Amino acid sequence: MTSFQWVWWNWNIIEDLRYMFQFQFVQDLYAAGTLIAILAGVVSYLVVLRRSSFASHALGHAGFSGAAGAVLFGINPFYGLLVATLASGSGIAVLGQRASHRDVEIGTVLAFMLALGLLFLAFYNGYATEAYSILFGEIVGISPAQVVTTFEWGIPTLVVLLVCYRQLMFASLDEEVADAKGMHTALLGFVFMATLAVAISVAVTVIGVLLIFALTVTPAAIAVRLAKRPWHAILISVGVALLAVWAGSFIAFYESPAPTSFFIVLIVFAIYLVVRALPSLARLRSWVAPASSRRSAAAPTAGAATPAPATPSDSDRA
Amino acid sequence: MISEGLPRSRVAGLGSTGPVAWARHLTVGYRGRPVWTDANFEIEPGEFVAVIGPNGAGKTTLFRLLLGLLRPAGGELEVFGEAPRRGNPRIGYVPQTHLVDRDTNVEAVQLVRLAFSANRWLPNLTPGQLRSERQATSAALRSVGASEIASKSLGAMSGGELQRIFLAEALVSSPDLLLLDEPLANLDIRRATELVELVHGQVQTRNVATLLVAHDINPLIRHLDKVIYIANGHVATGLPNEVLTSERLSDLYGVPIEVLRDSRGNLVIVGDQDAHQDPAA
Repeated sequence: MTSFQWVWWNWNIIEDLRYMFQFQFVQDLYAAGTLIAILAGVVSYLVVLRRSSFASHALGHAGFSGAAGAVLFGINPFYGLLVATLASGSGIAVLGQRASHRDVEIGTVLAFMLALGLLFLAFYNGYATEAYSILFGEIVGISPAQVVTTFEWGIPTLVVLLVCYRQLMFASLDEEVADAKGMHTALLGFVFMATLAVAISVAVTVIGVLLIFALTVTPAAIAVRLAKRPWHAILISVGVALLAVWAGSFIAFYESPAPTSFFIVLIVFAIYLVVRALPSLARLRSWVAPASSRRSAAAPTAGAATPAPATPSDSDRA
Repeated sequence: MISEGLPRSRVAGLGSTGPVAWARHLTVGYRGRPVWTDANFEIEPGEFVAVIGPNGAGKTTLFRLLLGLLRPAGGELEVFGEAPRRGNPRIGYVPQTHLVDRDTNVEAVQLVRLAFSANRWLPNLTPGQLRSERQATSAALRSVGASEIASKSLGAMSGGELQRIFLAEALVSSPDLLLLDEPLANLDIRRATELVELVHGQVQTRNVATLLVAHDINPLIRHLDKVIYIANGHVATGLPNEVLTSERLSDLYGVPIEVLRDSRGNLVIVGDQDAHQDPAA
């Protein structure tokens, strides 16, 4: 339609990749992006399990004010992000796991946080580009220093998640029993929020605070629809995040006017739509097979003439 | 009846012969407001005990005391011959409320596996850990008749199926005291009776002392060894036939109560409406 050219249909992908990876900034983007995708994929499973998607969104917004404040005072925006997300994450952890239902309180606070970020940026002269990259991610690529920061914070966070995995899982599924068993559920709530804060802070460099949902919630939302075993779900979640970041960056490299974050969100969204549609598609097939129209299939005579293949939902109310 | 003076466990030594739980003049309250006062009870190994009483009477509060999540305001309480402590591995607990809902797409067996050695950090690293976890889990699931449904998603389960999984979750660590908070709520009479039979079977085969909180005593009455009746700030304990009488309950509530019996032994407790209010009000 517009200026889209799906270059990979014409060119040799291997050749393209070899060309791409000659550039240092592409290597940096893929190195950081890979770790970010793994971390976001793992954390997002806990976010979905603990129904903390709104908290995750809130942390992103709080991160915006932190990053904007850091920019204003000439500090590395990453640390502004980290401090703000950690602080608001701790605040939400104090509210407890049922904080996901406190959407009015969290929403009110995060509107204020966004306004604060706006104020910081208003005082800052480099306004537009800085705000843009915090909100929507870096457009041109990320710096070698950002890659180092991503690994410095991302690897320890993954280790923490591995160590706490069992306890976090159990406390997320049955907090009251976990409490009675002497587990430190409040501490685990903080650990979860801290890992989410780090995941968001590192992911913002590629995707921005406004689109953070696509990496810290949606991959696991896709995964839990496909797998009921935690390890399978986590692998799918990481796979979706990796696919989105790798393919998104690849496409963006050739389509420079469109930012990387757009393609990442597009891929995640497309997978989500397909996975959401799967049950409906299965149901549609069972509808379409016996009769062309729903009404005739529902009529008892038509149903008797062409017996429909029994689906689980049909058979229990025969 | 209960002997005065020293706890029996101290008299008999700390062996397995002592009572599972022991309370003397036990009083509990939140912020200085008593929930109930002067409770005396003794729970022996392998006893099946119903905890009955109106809403807000403090039935769950009793569990919180036994679990060490709440300190007594007065009196003495011992669990396995010592002061209650949080995280006692000899207690299995099924709370009334759960985080699991329709959206929890997690295989049921995973919950039971996580409950076995829940206090450990790190995932299973050695084949031995994995094997013992698998064995304990499948044994617990088998004993509650949930082997077939173990691979179902928690979110897709019926109320009765979920209660069996929660029971397996509590039994997987082979407790000596089982605390079940309102497991019969939201179950129809048939499912409630099935669950009671199942719990009673576990009480007998495992010799695990079990306290079961319920509103209605009738599904339980045939299997009970003891009743703890909490109402109006008071606690009455004893054999079902001793406690569930017009005199004892009238005394407990402070208003006339009548206990009626039908031809099958079911009880109907009839009293003044006011008696079923929060005793602290």
